[in-house]
Amino acid sequence: MDRFEYADPRPVQSEEFLMRENGVKLYDGDNKTTFEGGEAVVSNTRILWGRPGDIPRGQTCICLPLFYVVFIEEEQRTFSFSSARKFVLHLSEPRQGKAQGPVTWSQYNFVKLSFKEGLHHDFMAILQNALVMRAWEKLQLGPTPATGSQSMADRKWRSGIVGIERKIEEKHKATDESISLAFQDLSRLMNMAKDMVAISRSISTKIREKQGDITEDETVRFKSYLLSLGIDDPVTRGAFSNQNQYFQSLSRQLAQILEEPIKEVGGMMSMADVYCRVNRARGLELLSPEDLMSACRLMSTLQLGLCLRTFDSGATVLQLSDHNDSIIVENTAASLEEHGSLSATELAKVLGISVLLAKERLLTTEKQGKACRDESLEGVRFYSNLFLTREE
Amino acid sequence: MAEIEWPWQYSFPPFFTIQPHAETKARQLQAWRTLVLNFHKVSKQSLLDVREAHQNSLFSNSSIDRKLPVEGILLVLEDLQKTGNAEPLDKTRNRWLIYWHTLEEWAALIYSWAQASGSLNSVCTFFELVSGDDTTDQEFYGLDQEVLSRALQVLESQKKAEIISFDDNQGVKFF
Repeated sequence: MDRFEYADPRPVQSEEFLMRENGVKLYDGDNKTTFEGGEAVVSNTRILWGRPGDIPRGQTCICLPLFYVVFIEEEQRTFSFSSARKFVLHLSEPRQGKAQGPVTWSQYNFVKLSFKEGLHHDFMAILQNALVMRAWEKLQLGPTPATGSQSMADRKWRSGIVGIERKIEEKHKATDESISLAFQDLSRLMNMAKDMVAISRSISTKIREKQGDITEDETVRFKSYLLSLGIDDPVTRGAFSNQNQYFQSLSRQLAQILEEPIKEVGGMMSMADVYCRVNRARGLELLSPEDLMSACRLMSTLQLGLCLRTFDSGATVLQLSDHNDSIIVENTAASLEEHGSLSATELAKVLGISVLLAKERLLTTEKQGKACRDESLEGVRFYSNLFLTREE
Repeated sequence: MAEIEWPWQYSFPPFFTIQPHAETKARQLQAWRTLVLNFHKVSKQSLLDVREAHQNSLFSNSSIDRKLPVEGILLVLEDLQKTGNAEPLDKTRNRWLIYWHTLEEWAALIYSWAQASGSLNSVCTFFELVSGDDTTDQEFYGLDQEVLSRALQVLESQKKAEIISFDDNQGVKFF
């Protein structure tokens, strides 16, 4: 009985009144109470009880929220002369934050409704139906059942295969909801990313228009930021049914976005750099190294201006198709002459490229006879090839 | 011992690393050949022990802290051997004789001296040839006994001389 609350009988939100009966008496457990001969209304969220006429007038009455109801049964009639039908409503524990009611504490976990004047409606069916609909969850009336034991108890009367199926279905629904909730943020981020790309575009066009206003250095730096910002429509595997098509489109896109940066770094970029750059630009639709390699391998056959190259050392780079080794050799030889001698690390610093690439440059230069090496405890250094150039 | 004039390569660190590039390597070896022969000519030392080579300034330049590795030394020596400018003394190829003149050249030098000094048909001891008073101005003065003996063997095979052994000494008769 302590689950009852004082309430306004007027329907809230989409509450629907399902049935109305007169001459209803409430029992706290097995004990009679003073609530007798009243009017009971069953809505899809609660059971209202009021003195005759109170409910239609909208005066305060008492109500039992339906989420307390765990199980309903009709009490067997023990006295054949009584026409009253009694229903036992088993209830779950009172919730925290419950509104005040007529009884603060009760030793019973069930109440009885006695319909002295008989029933005009099928109380049992209507109430059970309301319980199945769980309308209070949609209306968010009162706290939703959360703990496992309670929801288990709630569904005690749903047994058999149907019950199990329903349970599985509900579980699926819950998982689905939590997943979509988790990804809500990501999709928002994606939306934002598109805006960012648009902004960056407009800025870059503005910069182009007002080239004179800012210094060359700043323009270059800004451009490099913009270039690193992203791809607005990454090629993804999901969009293609055919592996070949996927790799071809991917290859095209990669060539498109990488050509500029590769030109900037001197015509050659190590695969590690390529991988990082591509995936940073793609943001969320990350590429696997295998896909990247497969796409890069296609570049030379598709004639995209870039091609994959593997050095004797096994290092693999992406380079411009019209990349000319002799220019590299000349440049490297010039740097050697300028600095006297260079290790791969030093050359990497001088040119601002990766050590791996610097080493390949030096080896290529050596291969062309424009450099010679000095191997010592400190590592390998390269010198101008005085053996060939210096006169005896 | 006379001071050798070191070539520029000697203070060029890559000189002490065998170069992988073929043409560069050829030039490098050529430089090493010249240096090795020149070094031995100046020091008049014919014997070279690969195991002790690094104690010697020839293959290690302490001022730039570089040493030619043993493989490199062997490479240079084998290259010298091809032209008859070096010969291993043992099968392990650790001890080498360096001929800054090939044995044929030595043989010719000695024979022309013999002709010039009128020593034909007479017997000279090995000692007289490399340490005697008559040969102080000759290039083979102070030459290693072993090298001398080998050069004379060449003359012998050309029927221009005959090596004669007496007691613990050796001599040669020029024809």
